[in-house]
Amino acid sequence: MLARWEFSVVTVFHFFFVPLTIGLAFVVAFMQTLAYARHDRDWDRLSRYFGRLLLIEMAVGIVTGIVLEFQFGLNWSAFSIFVGNIFGAPLAIEALLAFFMESTFIGLWVFGRDRLPRSLHLVSIWMVSLGTVLSAFFILAANSWMQHPVGYRISHGQAVLTNFWAVLANPVLWGSFVHTVLGAFATAGALVLGISTWRARREPAGSEHRPAFLQATRWSAWFTMVSTVLVAVSGDVQARLMDVYQPMKMAAAEALYHTESGASFSLLTIGNLKNQPIFQIRIPHLLSLIADLSWDGQVKGIDNLQAADVARYGHGSYIPVVPLTYWSFRAMVGAGICIILLSAWVIWATRGTRSEAFLAKRWGTRAVVAGIALPFIANTTGWVFTEAGRQPWVVNGLMTVAKGVSSVTTADMALTLGAFVLVYSALGALDAWLFVRASKRDLDDTGHDEGHADAEVAGLVY
Amino acid sequence: MSSFAALDTTWFALIGLLWAGYLFLEGFDFGVSIVAPFVSADDQDRRICINAIGPVWDGNEVWLVTAGGATFAAFPLWYGRLFSGFYLALFLVLLALIVRGVSFEFRGKLTSAAWRRTWDWANFAGSLVPAVVWGAAFTDLVRGVVLAPGGVYFGGLLGLLHPVALVGGLASATLFALHGSVFLSMKTGGGLAERARKAAVVAGVAATALLAVAVAWVALAGRPSVPGAVSPVLPLALGALGVLAAAGGTALVATGRGGLAFLSTGLAILAGLGAVFSRMFPEVLPASNVASHSLTIAGSASQHETLVVMTVVAAVFTPLVLAYQGWTYWVFRQRLVRATAGA
Repeated sequence: MLARWEFSVVTVFHFFFVPLTIGLAFVVAFMQTLAYARHDRDWDRLSRYFGRLLLIEMAVGIVTGIVLEFQFGLNWSAFSIFVGNIFGAPLAIEALLAFFMESTFIGLWVFGRDRLPRSLHLVSIWMVSLGTVLSAFFILAANSWMQHPVGYRISHGQAVLTNFWAVLANPVLWGSFVHTVLGAFATAGALVLGISTWRARREPAGSEHRPAFLQATRWSAWFTMVSTVLVAVSGDVQARLMDVYQPMKMAAAEALYHTESGASFSLLTIGNLKNQPIFQIRIPHLLSLIADLSWDGQVKGIDNLQAADVARYGHGSYIPVVPLTYWSFRAMVGAGICIILLSAWVIWATRGTRSEAFLAKRWGTRAVVAGIALPFIANTTGWVFTEAGRQPWVVNGLMTVAKGVSSVTTADMALTLGAFVLVYSALGALDAWLFVRASKRDLDDTGHDEGHADAEVAGLVY
Repeated sequence: MSSFAALDTTWFALIGLLWAGYLFLEGFDFGVSIVAPFVSADDQDRRICINAIGPVWDGNEVWLVTAGGATFAAFPLWYGRLFSGFYLALFLVLLALIVRGVSFEFRGKLTSAAWRRTWDWANFAGSLVPAVVWGAAFTDLVRGVVLAPGGVYFGGLLGLLHPVALVGGLASATLFALHGSVFLSMKTGGGLAERARKAAVVAGVAATALLAVAVAWVALAGRPSVPGAVSPVLPLALGALGVLAAAGGTALVATGRGGLAFLSTGLAILAGLGAVFSRMFPEVLPASNVASHSLTIAGSASQHETLVVMTVVAAVFTPLVLAYQGWTYWVFRQRLVRATAGA
């Protein structure tokens, strides 16, 4: 139980920063490319400004990532031994291909601004972005194998790799990879949108920074909207994969207890999910449409799946915590829809020469700033949904969570859990504070900028 | 079957190499962080120290992540038993690395002296703790620990803090301090480089003595050789080479030959690690109580298919990683000095 809490604390915390890092690295690389291609001073300034914010997040993302690499061995040794043949390979490959790339090139990008040719400096930030995306791919390869094991056989109580290409070609992997990376882009997009709008409002009229931030506002509104729409499309594809490979998760997302044909989609439920809800909004036939693209398609219910699982795996409960899956799924989708509406509104409100009128809208711009929180809600609840929906399995159909833990004493586990919670809370608070502080700094303030060649000392940074 | 046997031994050696890369590289950046408080005259010196390793420490640390990942993939049983067994020790390392990692980025964000002192302290402690733990853990691995059947370790943190492991931990910490001071003496100039050179001599004398005690102690304690082990002369010779290289590095830096000294201190780290891995072979987690409780290479390795995939990936991508990491060192090769000292 403690091991579960510890893992959820360290992964959820890590996953709070990671999408932002993946997304911001891409955004900064994109801005820097625009700056070089168009010889645009504003894009250059913006890429430096958001680059400073990226570095703060990256520091936390990296250190919490190292913890995760060892978390499997620390608290989940039985799981590690069972799956290591398959699960370990993507992790090792991630370190070799992706982690080295992002860590080395971020150093080059930070310190090499005045030392590398411009083209190589630009290549560096793109390599960082590529590294973060590759990293997501291999981590999700490992995770997707837990959702839908492929390319293996069981030998002497261990899952043994039989086909590595099958692991990499896992349809669940490609679904979640596209969904996660686009979600990361949307996260960074909404952040840039919120910050730029806020900063553009604060800059006095006539300041040359005002148009620069407005330029970022308009660009990021498009970037956010396109990314989020694609997130929705990929999520829809994932739903059909889920219907095939993890029908229990699908049923739990919908709190659908009995198998139905032409199943309706539940928008909202107040009261008990299982028996008599007090109030409910449902859209007829939509769930069947989502699940297999047919009007009257059959969607299996929780009770029916449970009976089938008992027949297959033996006595026990194979049902996830339904309120958790139901509500986390709704929070994710709801936050996603809000992001699309908000970014579309910004595109509309800033069209043509209406940017100043947009900035004058007090509540509208406040909503855009508050919108920074939306992707974080969607990321966290989405992650909770996909992991909680697999319960009680740690590897779907092969190993339950309860069997995966280490033989570590409860006291030791409580100690490390307590310490992680403490350190991570402090880290989160510090990070947020530094982030806000850095975002308030002047657009051109390179005073103690990373990689800024100090007049006194060559390459002083910290 | 013969190719299978060869592949798992190859991966044992490769994991040894990953650790070697890690300790050689992070060894000097740990060392710089450890000696920085003692050789810096003011805030600017501190910043030069940190900047000397700023562009590279992160890439150096990834060698550890890769060693961890490779162990997970190639030896799941070793990975599972080692890290759940050496639980609190590894946890301490992780906490230290978190604090250290963010200290690099956060330190410069405020100009307040108290803020910077706090992060300087975090950077120092976050480097010292892993530097001690790695040496102690590897000493425990060669001397063996008390294991239940199947390689399960229940001894807790205290069981790892045997006196010889403590000596081993201090040996690694002082050796890294030596390695890092030599690096600083090459990478900086003026008074700072001179103080780093003096610190290197102090650390070097301590490291040589501690390493000699650790090597002799482990050799004399004489855990019996298991079938298939290499002759105990090889690890002993490597240990002795490590002691000599540490002494040589100290002498070289004392006489102002920084480059050669750095190679020599690096050799001391590699020889020490070589002694550990050659003494463990063919086991990966040796038991000090009942030999049959040890985990062996053959008994904990992944199946053939996994090892083949890993070998192909490593063969293709390791040269690439080495190339761009090497290039980074080339880009940031010049000395960091104050303007008054001639920049």
